[in-house]
Amino acid sequence: MLTIKNLHAEVEGKKILKGINLEINKGEMHAIMGPNGSGKSSLASVLAGRENYTVTEGEVWFNGKNLLDMSPEDRAREGVFLAFQYPVEIPGVSNINFLKTALNEIRIYKGLPPLEAREFLKLTKEKQQLVDFNANLMNRSLNEGFSGGEKKRNEIFQLAMLDPQLAILDETDSGLDIDALRIVSNGVNKLRDAEKSFIVITHYQRLLEYIVPDFVHVLYNGRIIKTGTKELALELEERGYDWLKEELHLKESV
Amino acid sequence: MTSDITLPFYQALTEDVHALSVQANGAVKDGLQDIRRQALERFTALGLPTLKTEAWRYTNIQRYLKEFPYELLTTAAPVAAAIVDRTAIPELDSYRIVMVNGHFQAGQSVLPTGKGITIGALSAHGDAPGFVKYFNKQQHLHQEALAVLNTALFADGLYIELAANTVIDKPVHIVNVYTSAQHAFIQPRHLWVLGRSAAATVIETTLHPDTAAVAFANSVLETVIEENAELWHYNVQQGDNGFREVRTAAAQQQANSRYHHFNFTLPGTPFTRNNLNVALTGSYTETNLNGLYIANDHQHVDNHTFMDHVAPNCNSNELYKGVLLDAANGVFTGRILVHQEAQKTNAFQQNNNLLLGEKADINSQPQLEIYADDVKCSHGFTAGQFSEESMFYLRSRGIGEDAAKALMVNAFSHDITDSVTIPALQHYLQEQIAEIMN
Repeated sequence: MLTIKNLHAEVEGKKILKGINLEINKGEMHAIMGPNGSGKSSLASVLAGRENYTVTEGEVWFNGKNLLDMSPEDRAREGVFLAFQYPVEIPGVSNINFLKTALNEIRIYKGLPPLEAREFLKLTKEKQQLVDFNANLMNRSLNEGFSGGEKKRNEIFQLAMLDPQLAILDETDSGLDIDALRIVSNGVNKLRDAEKSFIVITHYQRLLEYIVPDFVHVLYNGRIIKTGTKELALELEERGYDWLKEELHLKESV
Repeated sequence: MTSDITLPFYQALTEDVHALSVQANGAVKDGLQDIRRQALERFTALGLPTLKTEAWRYTNIQRYLKEFPYELLTTAAPVAAAIVDRTAIPELDSYRIVMVNGHFQAGQSVLPTGKGITIGALSAHGDAPGFVKYFNKQQHLHQEALAVLNTALFADGLYIELAANTVIDKPVHIVNVYTSAQHAFIQPRHLWVLGRSAAATVIETTLHPDTAAVAFANSVLETVIEENAELWHYNVQQGDNGFREVRTAAAQQQANSRYHHFNFTLPGTPFTRNNLNVALTGSYTETNLNGLYIANDHQHVDNHTFMDHVAPNCNSNELYKGVLLDAANGVFTGRILVHQEAQKTNAFQQNNNLLLGEKADINSQPQLEIYADDVKCSHGFTAGQFSEESMFYLRSRGIGEDAAKALMVNAFSHDITDSVTIPALQHYLQEQIAEIMN
């Protein structure tokens, strides 16, 4: 589904990604861990098409299409979803109007008619229940005045509504208390199926107790330096990252 | 001023005023001849504003007056009902007043009835108590050359007087139609008086039916809101390429009165100048001035506001927001004058702009003059583009760039449109904004 080959990217002339290789198949859950500044969130940004990143080398293929050639909206319409680490507050845009616009733009792209008001409401209710999203937040302005937990839950709710093939969760767990973490994780787990793939970016192993990954990758200094299973996450939690650096004889100069 | 005298239009006007003052002797009430003559003298002394006139620094009015060979037009022409209906606001339950070139059209109007309501042509109410007491009495009008010109040359306008305790139960929609066979300079003159504890909601829209001739309206509205009265006033400006407008609205608020003025300027008219002056002559008043201007192409929109805090313990709140597309030009002036006696004044002002066109431009100037020492006053100004992060967030959800911009403009305007208390009007404005952005 997603193939990343030797991906290099920089922001404002600073090299951030230095040769990422990653293959993600249908239905897989990949966790990406790594110390601060290793390039985890940058990878998410590059995949979603954030404009201040420049790809200097490498390729990204999504279902046989060149992802890097597409605008952010076309990537979303093709089925890539980024759950933001810091969801944006947009006063004056109601949550419901935002979702309706997004959903219909995606449908138009796929050659489908816009959803009727009744169908849209039905879908909204269904997904709200699925991911346990407070219906009172629907008519409020997008993320405005939402608590940290509410914002992250809104990301998962949007994920449920837009139903992408690839969801990238960028530190969705950071800043969440244990109850919110449980709700968010439950939402993600309910959305898992054989067709949908996930990239879960996290700093903490804690999240992976709730969302169990198929693969764990360690990103360090712009490269994936180790890949393993969920046991690798546990080891990282206990031992930190230094042993990995030593094991790989890495001389970090950045 | 020499520069004025070289302007053919100015000379034509001077001739017109003399001609009119002879002609009008019988038609208009006797007392007005003196007022007109004084106004003409005053206008001659003031001259047409130039870019050196402080209040017109960013608007070259002479350029717009010279654009076409305007002739002073003092008459109305019949306008088909179907054309008037074009300004209908869907689902709005309201009364309707049709004005053509500033002349009241009784036959096309649907008026509120009931005790204490007087509505009709200004020229027919020269001896009404409100007219006698208030006509041309507001000092602010005498400082503004174009308002003075209107006083000298106006033909007619709308007179509204509500007796004490009179409440109009539904909004009154005033349709201002401008139409002429030749390029015309048209000067409507209105006076609205709300008596003690009276209340009304007024919506004004403008219509310039497609004609080859350009109409330049120089209107003056005097409003008096007596003790404890309340006026909600919405002005929606959506002309077309053949329309230009200078609108001077001067309000006087007496004690405990409330005045809510909304001004919406949408694309269409290449040139709009709004002078909005509010004099607070009584205490414990509340004033809300809300403005939204969305301009495109080479449109020039100038909002010139003046909150005159004469009496103590008054609150005023002013919020003007602008969206400037293409090569549109915005001007905002927010003058707040707090007199020495006006202690415990709260006066707030804010002007926020989205500059979206590469050649778009805004000139904004707050002018605060505060002579009292126990007041709360503030002002603020912003001009910016869309937040990149917000745009990326919307686009990352599959929303295309244009749709994202439309959502953002709607969001930017929402604190103005949300304050509109008539749902049908609110909905109409939101639709108009969405249409502009698409």
